[in-house]
Amino acid sequence: MSEEQKLHDDLASIRNMMERSSRFISLSGLSGILAGVYALIGAWLAYSIIYLPGGFFKYREYMVNGLFDKENIPDLLFTPVMTQLIFIALAVLTASLTTGVVLTRRKAKRKGQQLWGKTSKALLFQMAVPLLTGGAFIIVMLLRGYLGIVAPACLAFYGLALVGAGAFTFNDIRYLGICETILGIMAAALPGFGLLFWALGFGVLHIIYGTVMHFKYDR
Amino acid sequence: MKVDFNKLDKAFENRVRLQIMSVLMVNESYDFTSLKELLDVTDGNLASNLKALEKEEYITIHKSFIGRKPNTTYQASATGKKAFQIHLNALEQLIKLQKK
Repeated sequence: MSEEQKLHDDLASIRNMMERSSRFISLSGLSGILAGVYALIGAWLAYSIIYLPGGFFKYREYMVNGLFDKENIPDLLFTPVMTQLIFIALAVLTASLTTGVVLTRRKAKRKGQQLWGKTSKALLFQMAVPLLTGGAFIIVMLLRGYLGIVAPACLAFYGLALVGAGAFTFNDIRYLGICETILGIMAAALPGFGLLFWALGFGVLHIIYGTVMHFKYDR
Repeated sequence: MKVDFNKLDKAFENRVRLQIMSVLMVNESYDFTSLKELLDVTDGNLASNLKALEKEEYITIHKSFIGRKPNTTYQASATGKKAFQIHLNALEQLIKLQKK
């Protein structure tokens, strides 16, 4: 019996080490849910700033029929509305990251994994490459006046980052990434619904993913 | 019950060595400090077990410096990977036998 117990302990410790050494398994599901909620609030605020003044369905007309004066777009980037939108985006980003770090640190402590270790560094590096590429790409396109690029490109590049991240953390994150990428392409195909897709991708999907992760791994 | 314990590799009898090998099986290389934090063992314990694995030629060692700090990384050798596979298979066999 003790011999058998030893065998099982050995196997358990092998499995545990293989997993802990190669994957960052302390990502918190709860922080995913909260990030989704922040994103939905942000999307609603953005929506009320841009479109409510013009009525519910005005937005698409703007984008599709080119009521945006293409020549004046560089000026548009520096309007009060734009400043407000950028402020909302930064607030959502900061809140999500802070929540993520705090909750993940708590989980890492419980799991006995380091927050800033070999695996989390590998994970962040893997995500940084597509995210920074996407960010730079979007800024360049914005400066050239392609406002419609923001939502699809955000979703697509974020999705790619997550697909890559799947190798360094829970595999589930891959499926989230694939869904985000698909939403990105759909957003590109249906101009004018960018904010809606943005809210679906960053809000609803995060909440679903966070809930699944929470019940699967956090308990 | 007849169980062939000879197939189990003596080098992996120690838990720390078993864990080191598990880590090196799934990672291309791992450095001393990260390994120490992951396994939660003392410097001396880890070093002596690494040395034992090195003596068997199951792992290879690469020493380098990051700034002035020494940075030693470890990799599983082909021999080591094979030996570990055999050891795992033997473990599996044993468990199967005991379940009968």
